[in-house]
Amino acid sequence: MPSMISGKAAAFAQPNVDTDVIMPKRFLKTITRAGLADGTFADLRFDENGGSRPEFVLNNPDWSDASILVVGNNFGCGSSREHAVWGLKQLGIDTIIGTDFGGIFYDNARKNGLALPIVSEETRNTLLALAIDLKTAQFHINIAEKTIKTATNTFDFEMGETVQTALMEGKDETLDSLKQANYIRAFEAANPNAVKLLVNK
Amino acid sequence: MTVRTLYNKLVDAHKVCDLPGGDILVYVDFHIMNEYTSPQAFSGLETKGLKVWRPGAHLAVVDHVNATRKREGPDEASKLLISNLTKNCEKHDIALYGLGDPRQGIEHVVVPEQGLVAPGMLIACGDSHTTTYGAYGALGFGIGTSEVEHVLASQTLRYQRLKSMRVTVDGKTAPGVTAKDIIMQVIKTVGAGAANGYAVEFVGSTIHAQNMAGRMTICNMAVELGARAALIAADDVTHAACQGKAHSEHMDYDVATWKSDTDARFDHEVVINGADISPLVSWGTSPDQTLPIGSKLPSESDMPTPAAKQALARALGYMGLSEGQPLADIKIDRAFIGSCTNSRIEDLRSAAKILDGRKVAEGVTALIVPGSTATRIHAEAEGLDKIFVAAGFEWRPESGCSMCLAMNDDVAMDGERVASSTNRNFEGRQGRGARTHLMSPAMVAAAAIAGHITDVRDFADKGDT
Repeated sequence: MPSMISGKAAAFAQPNVDTDVIMPKRFLKTITRAGLADGTFADLRFDENGGSRPEFVLNNPDWSDASILVVGNNFGCGSSREHAVWGLKQLGIDTIIGTDFGGIFYDNARKNGLALPIVSEETRNTLLALAIDLKTAQFHINIAEKTIKTATNTFDFEMGETVQTALMEGKDETLDSLKQANYIRAFEAANPNAVKLLVNK
Repeated sequence: MTVRTLYNKLVDAHKVCDLPGGDILVYVDFHIMNEYTSPQAFSGLETKGLKVWRPGAHLAVVDHVNATRKREGPDEASKLLISNLTKNCEKHDIALYGLGDPRQGIEHVVVPEQGLVAPGMLIACGDSHTTTYGAYGALGFGIGTSEVEHVLASQTLRYQRLKSMRVTVDGKTAPGVTAKDIIMQVIKTVGAGAANGYAVEFVGSTIHAQNMAGRMTICNMAVELGARAALIAADDVTHAACQGKAHSEHMDYDVATWKSDTDARFDHEVVINGADISPLVSWGTSPDQTLPIGSKLPSESDMPTPAAKQALARALGYMGLSEGQPLADIKIDRAFIGSCTNSRIEDLRSAAKILDGRKVAEGVTALIVPGSTATRIHAEAEGLDKIFVAAGFEWRPESGCSMCLAMNDDVAMDGERVASSTNRNFEGRQGRGARTHLMSPAMVAAAAIAGHITDVRDFADKGDT
């Protein structure tokens, strides 16, 4: 991911949007990461007969190309399902701006190039107001400098250094951590209790 | 020696090394997998040509998608998830407690039953309710599928230390008040998401008066606060619960070590009076939208901000309820007792006490899914199944998550209202358009008999509830 992300922001202010709502269960029975765009927000986007729900912001033709969401408190709470993050990315969302996020969702995001800038409630509310007007809905997010530039102001956001690096470099964390294999072996040697467990087959 | 919280002791004890930028690498003593959040982790190993670091430290169970009416996947996609897990475990030499295994069940019910948790451990699982293990003074937390791959390959996780919150609950609770009501009171007080970024330690006489099943219910639902970890210091009750299980001989721990130092400081403190807690019921679509039984639903005029008014209207709209309506009048279509929150033998006994000699109201479909095969056998040995069946509950022969998240064929229909002993009342959780009311197993039993949400304390003549 480049350190600059520009795109149209959509306002989705509802609080406590959980991962069941982001990715309903009927899309979870898969052994791959692919094909989840249709499932993302499915019950908000479509009615029982598959018809488009006009009240959902991404169904508004003016915002259907949004790549940034400005969201309510506690977005991504609930289940650990990483399918929620995979689906959001596949739907074309690469940044979600909020005050706080479900912890597992937050960790899943950085592993998949989904940026989650954290702002104060006041800033979030200002950004919501900007995102509901097409004239001000274009945001420029600088991951390295931790700023959101809008038509009116530039706002700072919070993001830990490791998250910034993970987003900008996009390293494979599993392979990267295995470079510490000597430390892992040393830990095991120093903590015999930690390797005592052998789960019964 | 510096003064430390239990949480920091657990993190310190598992720290492997520092990583650039501030993360640390922590060692995972034990890792649990299920059939739906692990497939892409195994395929990640495949693609990257990686092996499992220490196969003996992992357990896989089938619990999320399997049918509980009979022993199989309810559909082809579920069967594929189950057969894929079997194949992956065989290939990587990982223990699997699959369908038909007497040790199978919901992961967070199976693990304590099999003695796979002890104070001082670090336990990870691709399931948010892994906070359950905090009940044993162990650091348990949920992870995503990419992290499942990471722990399979390295036996470690990248970790950022959390802030600390202490929730003190002191005092004797009133009759009819259960561990479920205690944690629902905490969530109601603190707010859903208010513990995002925190590890929560529960302390106080009310907490330590709970048995292990109750402590697990409390730590299990702490994730609905946003807590990434929930802890209760180990004591004699914990120690007793760790004896005589299938893996007890693998465990070596010191109960005295796994508690916060006396002067340990916490970033945030919450104090709740145990005597103030009533049986609680959720009325909305977030686990903090709860009220004591006997209350009326909130009104728009009670809401302080336009956003709160909007949230109330949305929740009431989804739930098909009106502002100011009495909670106890709400008619139910279904009753469900099950889930990693409340499906242990103690939960089943509390429901049986209410149901003994009574009948489920006409028009209510009532279902109990035991938390594990071992729990089912235990309950049947005590004759609980006969009480449930005589009352009109369906008693399932197989175990799993079932209607808690409705990934199998136990799905509530659009608009149906469920009295549920589960953990999440999210929109669509128990089925598209389904309306969930969270409560204790005894309160579910009472609602099933009455046909509407009701106060379990009115049923107390059958013994102490």
